[in-house]
Amino acid sequence: MNDLVATIIAKYNYWIYITLMMAGLYAMIAKNNLVKKIVGMNIFQTAIILFYVSIGVKKGATIPILEHAHGHGHDAHQAVHATDYINPLPHVLMLTAIVVGVATLGVALALAIRIYNTYHTLEEDEILAQIREE
Amino acid sequence: MKIIGFIISIATGSLLIYAAADFPAWSDPASPASTYLSPHFIEKTIEETSVPNIVTAVLADYRGFDTMFETTVIFSAGVVCYLLLRTSRRKEPETRYYRHILTGVTIELKEGYKIPPSTDFERIDSLWTPPDLIIRTVCRLLIPFIQLFALYVIAHGHHSPGGGFQGGVILGASIILFAISFDLRAAISRMSEKLVAVLCAVGVLIYACTGGLCLLFGRNFLDYGALAELLGVDAVTARSHGILIVEIGVGIAVMATMIWVYNNVSSAGKYEQGL
Amino acid sequence: MSQQYPALLVIVPLLSALAVAVAGWVNRKWCFPLAAAALAVAAWSSVGLLFRVLHEGVVIYQLGGWPPPVGIAYYVDHLNGLVLPLVSIVALLNIMASKKSVEQEFPDKICAFYTLYLLMVTGLLGIVVTGDAFNLYVLLEIAALTGYGLLAIGEKRSQLATLHYLYMGTIGACFYLLGVGYLYIVTGSLNMVDIAEILPDLYHSKAVIASFIICMVGVWLKMAFFPLHAWLPNAYTYAPSASSSLIAPLVTKVMVYVMIRLILTVFTPKFAFAAIVLSDAVVWLAVIAVVMGAILALAERDLKKMSAYIIVTEVGYMVGGAWLGNRIGMTGAILHIVNDALMTLCIFLVVGNIVYKVKGYAFDDLPGLFRKMPFTMGAFVIGAMSIIGVPPTCGFFSKWYLIAGAISAGRYDFMAALLFSSLISVVLFFRVFEISYYEPFGDSHGHDDRSGGIDEAPVTMVVPLLMVAAILILLGLYTDYIVNHIVQFAIPEALV
Repeated sequence: MNDLVATIIAKYNYWIYITLMMAGLYAMIAKNNLVKKIVGMNIFQTAIILFYVSIGVKKGATIPILEHAHGHGHDAHQAVHATDYINPLPHVLMLTAIVVGVATLGVALALAIRIYNTYHTLEEDEILAQIREE
Repeated sequence: MKIIGFIISIATGSLLIYAAADFPAWSDPASPASTYLSPHFIEKTIEETSVPNIVTAVLADYRGFDTMFETTVIFSAGVVCYLLLRTSRRKEPETRYYRHILTGVTIELKEGYKIPPSTDFERIDSLWTPPDLIIRTVCRLLIPFIQLFALYVIAHGHHSPGGGFQGGVILGASIILFAISFDLRAAISRMSEKLVAVLCAVGVLIYACTGGLCLLFGRNFLDYGALAELLGVDAVTARSHGILIVEIGVGIAVMATMIWVYNNVSSAGKYEQGL
Repeated sequence: MSQQYPALLVIVPLLSALAVAVAGWVNRKWCFPLAAAALAVAAWSSVGLLFRVLHEGVVIYQLGGWPPPVGIAYYVDHLNGLVLPLVSIVALLNIMASKKSVEQEFPDKICAFYTLYLLMVTGLLGIVVTGDAFNLYVLLEIAALTGYGLLAIGEKRSQLATLHYLYMGTIGACFYLLGVGYLYIVTGSLNMVDIAEILPDLYHSKAVIASFIICMVGVWLKMAFFPLHAWLPNAYTYAPSASSSLIAPLVTKVMVYVMIRLILTVFTPKFAFAAIVLSDAVVWLAVIAVVMGAILALAERDLKKMSAYIIVTEVGYMVGGAWLGNRIGMTGAILHIVNDALMTLCIFLVVGNIVYKVKGYAFDDLPGLFRKMPFTMGAFVIGAMSIIGVPPTCGFFSKWYLIAGAISAGRYDFMAALLFSSLISVVLFFRVFEISYYEPFGDSHGHDDRSGGIDEAPVTMVVPLLMVAAILILLGLYTDYIVNHIVQFAIPEALV
């Protein structure tokens, strides 16, 4: 029991991100309004980004920019220890994911604008009713 | 639908929580992610690329291929928004409104009628609001400094947090600020649609052509060491310069896309009135 | 130069997409020649790469000069070597065939269309050739975003259909990203071969099992595997014909390739098929997919939606064949990737020709077309024979392998589903043959034979279509060569 509680507390970041992801996923599936679905999609993607970034954290380490490095050119003498700096790779991957999320958001909003111009509503059930009448 | 959504979310969430039991604890320095690949990046960046910002080095050099496609993603989002939204550029709208600046009188002109070019009249739209002196003055003062800061962020990406994407977004934001505080027409008259669209492609072209240049010099694609003879420096500094060149390309592409997408989305493709 | 084929394959379409984007604002006439030339170079590189793989074995190309796992590496073995020429040749044939159609449907945005077309082909080629799990995600998103743009410029209903495709596609890609993240947490690497080497010690780990399931669900969402197929019929039906004949043959098949790559290379078959419960469940789902796809296709009264449901059936074939867990089934699935892409291209090009001339694709628009458009409908007959599974077209041989795999694995329900759907395809296509051959022309158009009316589609649209039909028969005749020289080496020996 103590073990379980210790595990839960040691990994609390994962529980938070999973909850956020599922909130976004629920919004995408269950909401009726197109823009609310788009917002849910954004929440889902952002939660995944946070999840990745939290992988790279190391206790007691600083940001991944080498200190006292510029000015030495490429014969820097000080030894660099990997434990002093957090893992840079998840940050790099998530820069890409953020950009992809923004691009998808832009395309989704453009589609929503076109749909609004055609059907004059953003509620999905009203749009489907209009389609069925045609 | 709500019940289905609820069930799916709970099921997926339980699968994910079940899997997280095997994860290393948070901020554990001995986790596989922190001990397998990343020490190479942290320890060897200075001697292989001479760039202190490890994230920039990994982004633009070690995994530069990913970043090129990321820039392509943002470019294609701009093209998709243009393709979806932009209505035909050729025909003029049916009624145009002009406002006499000194007296505030508004004229409505039907199609076919013209107004002689004169600085007494400005073209306005049906949702026109009176200009706010404070907003216009403050924005006009701030925008050059914002752009300067953006250029700093791009150029200093080697040594501090920053780089092409961040600087490009700030540059784009400065033009969008101009469009919001003044008028979409004023912003388009300064940065025309054609310029923005071409800049967008040119930014990605800079990135891809840098890589192609490395191909022509006999090395693999995006191997910046090949640029050493071209730039006249040793291989490691050539990598640092290569990173800078591609970051500039990325900055231009991101700026142009932000402006292009804003123009298309805020005016729903008509380019007449913005927000 | 041949050393650089893997890079040229992806870079040339990308550079030409950017060149087309710039050229579009200068002079519209340069767009099509640039695009066609770029796709021709990509096709030539991919065929050259296939020959290199046949001679040398696996080709690894390091991007940026960094060795994997530090950098990104392209990993080309017999599996990608087979799919790469497929993607580039389908794209090339399609761009030739749809030139007139593009000019008819959106004359003022030709260059933006070709830009997105080339970017989509870049994304698809990159997905197939890459050996890095995260690089695959980025290219997946390029293919997806450009796909949304290409599909949304069609009829009135196309925007809503594309928005639904966007929702489901984004969930699928995010699930794949999450799966890769889980793999990264437990292994620390992103390179596919590297992960495969580290994983065997971790097979019992819950994170790896969950990552496998999440990756699979993500890929199934993007390939429209039942029950996650709801986006496909609407998205492909209301799209313009030039886009649907690019996207329909390629996107779902490339996703099937990704699934097979994950099963064979990253999570080796030893792990993927070890959990018998999972394979049984997936084959059972595939059975339902095949049956439901066939029945739903029967209910449709227009050619395009019927073809879209046939795609759902074909995806069911491929997923079921891959998950049967034996060598013959996997061979059938890989062979079916190639065959199905070409069959679908044939059918959708026919629909494109019909839409160009008749301006509609419902069954009411089809009467009498056999006499008016003989070459188009002749190619349609060959495509239909291939989907039904009549020798010597290629469709027969891949179905043969799938049925043999099903019998060998003892899954008689899958075999029954395959035979059932073949029978339904007979009904589907012979309905179309009957309407277009026997009924007199002019019932619903207001033209009749005397006034002339419709004639055959232009030469640029018919010649690529006839080439595709000829390839369908040629591939069928050469199946033996393809299986013994290429597909056999694509599957690791561990799979029996």
